[in-house]
Amino acid sequence: MTDLISPDVEQLLFDATTSRSRRIKNRLASIWMLGALVVAVIPLALVIGYVLFKGIGQLSVAWFTEDLPAVTRKAGGGMGPAVVGTLLITLGAAVMAIPLGILGAIYLHEYGAKGRTARLIRFMADVMTGVPSIVMGLFVYTVWTLTFGLNGFGGSLALGCLMLPIIIRTTEEMLRLVPDELRQASYALGNRKWRTITTVVLPASFGGITSGVMIAIARAAGETAPLVFTIGAARNLNLNIFEGPMTALSVQIFGNAQTPFDAAQSRAWGAALTLVAIVFAMTILARVVSSMVARRHAA
Amino acid sequence: MTLLTHDDSVAPAGGGDASSLLEPTSGRRGDSVFKIVALAAGLVVLGILALIAISTTREAWPAFQQEGFGFITSSTWVPADGKFGALAFIYGTILSSFIALVLAVPVSLGIALYANEAAPRRLRKPVVYVMDLLAAIPSVVYGLWGIIVLAPAIQPVYKAISGAVGDIPVLGWFFNGDSGRSYMTAGIILAIMITPIITSLSREVIATVPSAQREAAYGMGATRWEMIRAAVLPWSRGGIVGSVMLGLGRAMGETIAVALVIGSQSQITAHLFEAGDSMAAVIVNQFGEASGIHRSALIGLGVVLFGVTIIVNVSARGIVSRFDRRSQGA
Amino acid sequence: MSPEIAAPNAEVVAPTTAPVSEAPSVVFDVRELDVYYGEFRAVRDVNLQVLQHEITAFIGPSGCGKSTVLRCFDRMNDLIESARVDGKILYHGIDLYDPRIDPVEVRKRIGMVFQKPNPFPKSIYDNIAFGPRLSGNKGNLDDIVEHALRRAALWDEVKDRLKKSAMGLSGGQQQRLCIARAIAVEPEVILMDEPCSALDPIATARIEDLMQELKSDYTIIIVTHNMQQAARVSDRTAFFTTEVNSESDTRTGVLVEFDSTDKIFSAPADERTENYVTGRFG
Repeated sequence: MTDLISPDVEQLLFDATTSRSRRIKNRLASIWMLGALVVAVIPLALVIGYVLFKGIGQLSVAWFTEDLPAVTRKAGGGMGPAVVGTLLITLGAAVMAIPLGILGAIYLHEYGAKGRTARLIRFMADVMTGVPSIVMGLFVYTVWTLTFGLNGFGGSLALGCLMLPIIIRTTEEMLRLVPDELRQASYALGNRKWRTITTVVLPASFGGITSGVMIAIARAAGETAPLVFTIGAARNLNLNIFEGPMTALSVQIFGNAQTPFDAAQSRAWGAALTLVAIVFAMTILARVVSSMVARRHAA
Repeated sequence: MTLLTHDDSVAPAGGGDASSLLEPTSGRRGDSVFKIVALAAGLVVLGILALIAISTTREAWPAFQQEGFGFITSSTWVPADGKFGALAFIYGTILSSFIALVLAVPVSLGIALYANEAAPRRLRKPVVYVMDLLAAIPSVVYGLWGIIVLAPAIQPVYKAISGAVGDIPVLGWFFNGDSGRSYMTAGIILAIMITPIITSLSREVIATVPSAQREAAYGMGATRWEMIRAAVLPWSRGGIVGSVMLGLGRAMGETIAVALVIGSQSQITAHLFEAGDSMAAVIVNQFGEASGIHRSALIGLGVVLFGVTIIVNVSARGIVSRFDRRSQGA
Repeated sequence: MSPEIAAPNAEVVAPTTAPVSEAPSVVFDVRELDVYYGEFRAVRDVNLQVLQHEITAFIGPSGCGKSTVLRCFDRMNDLIESARVDGKILYHGIDLYDPRIDPVEVRKRIGMVFQKPNPFPKSIYDNIAFGPRLSGNKGNLDDIVEHALRRAALWDEVKDRLKKSAMGLSGGQQQRLCIARAIAVEPEVILMDEPCSALDPIATARIEDLMQELKSDYTIIIVTHNMQQAARVSDRTAFFTTEVNSESDTRTGVLVEFDSTDKIFSAPADERTENYVTGRFG
């Protein structure tokens, strides 16, 4: 309706026909809506601003390569082990969660559909997305750490459990978007169902699946609680996720934030900047991938 | 395998020998194998959830056994004396989450409505981007900012408010205290963290309002706000409630940011500006040095948290699907 | 699916209308075919023959089961959980629904082109090469691709952009691409389910010309709701209509008449056929 009349006429009509109190209420509502957006942007700007401002001074080549200092209240040392830890542990989680998640989604959409098992799995996957990450950490503590000790793999297990339901649900959405006609065309050429899935359906939904996976990875990389119970604390570089404690950026931030020492807090800001950069990069990349896919399909 | 006899008066043409169709093919098994593998992957979800419930309860059992119902009804938590009553933490979890909802819901709803109804086209995408970025920031970074920046900065504000209304009845019951790290601060940080979730879910629901409904309201001369009240809100009410509950679930389970800013005091008070504790925060703060039954008690807190968040989540999804007009084909 | 369990039939019925000297062979012999979806009988009592190197058309009003019957020929109905077939479809004397037969093998010999063009979101080359690659053909596919595209009268238009996405082609081009894709696996039969209904008249005309060229190498069955199209291109026509089942308030498709196209359109034997082709209803 608002397209049909030119704005000035519309405003005249509006002013002439609408009572004052109604106009005021409408105005207030508009202020509320726009104000809400501003209120949300302020903390975002503040947080990112502080992280940038306070963290940038920490970054250097030494920051990424040196081990953590022995004495936390002094400056010096770097976050090398933490950066490597975050990357390795998250990678380990991804390696486990991605194939499981994609296969599970394939079952849900291509085989199970509306059947009882599929509905149950779908429901439970939704429930699982709501499980607090600390509970995942405790869970892995009881089934892995108590038996196999503190190591990076425990962290990977916990993060993998966090990623799995996200990947299943977003992948299922992407599979749903693949038009059924493509599957029909594949069957009509004498292709089996499983090969149709691997040669037609998955390639067609690849972009969307990648985007969803990257969002899951970004979420996992930022988690702290599940790691606190499972990976222990290491100061030196440990490349073996199966043996011995490791550390990660998130855990470092948490630990250093609780100390009263300036040097430690500065390290926390530096680690925060590094972590936020990694997470933002993945999130933005995920958005770029999904809009690239959208554009290609519209061509 | 017998060859079939054809009527030989008809000239055999290309493809006339279809008998090879009857030969067994090797590919058929591939489909069943693939299906089983995919099913197994899906069942892993069920397996993990069951395992979580079983193994954590088993580890927490000694504490449950010792305290019985006192675990959740008593507020005495003194590990040194072997006393584990979690009431104060349950209270802290609920209070900080409640504050978060009170702050986040009006903001989230406003943004969702803005993005769908009031924003010029060019701004819609950026609004979604901003929400994505807010959601992407790890909770530990929010916690870091909270404890180093927010808590010290807001403490004088608390002191001022407390000084002004602390003695007035009703207001003074709540707005009292002067600790930078407190329920209120935790509530604020939580509000910032759950806003993106509530916003994006509400926005999805609001976007499904059929334009026919909007046009009907406008056609009767409604202002935009009146149209929203008449067409958009009633339609999306169920979905919005559901998304708020999902935000609640997230707030209750949030650990790290809360642990950093809630103050870590084991007490129950209505004074919002005083320090308290939450279940998740206690777990993460005390786990490192705990052993024996203390550790079981902390895991027990995890079990309680698990149960509570599942209930909230399941109810939320139930509400959303019951009110989801899309699935009812309306 | 529960097809009639019987040993493959040993006898083949000779076509009734063509003279014996140049008798084209029977590709499909359909006997007493019923198609069910669960308890509901969608089509009943279909008896007809499809002859080699001919174009056979199925015509009739919507909902009379033409597409359902068509999809029996390449066992695409198998994809629907509740679908079931009674009666027989003999393919060169062999019961298509014999339990020993793998539907996947059937579909390699009997290809299908759909109503809405459905190229894969891959390059033109990969679309055509898709079928041959399935059979494990890893060799030089360039020749196969070119041959299929030439046969589908599309080569000249796309030969310089084989690696570009098939989604960039026009509707008519996409449909010819789908035909080329079907041809690339060297089927004996091509089934076409209303192939032109989503296309403009010019594209339609090109595809009709293409069909006439193709029939020298393939056997074609086409479902169309466009009578004139059937009259233009086909050699034999089957006219279907619906019967209302008064008790269950459902409609079942039934084959009314099957004969050479000339006869169906100029001197139909059944009154219902005459009503339909003269446009009195449907």
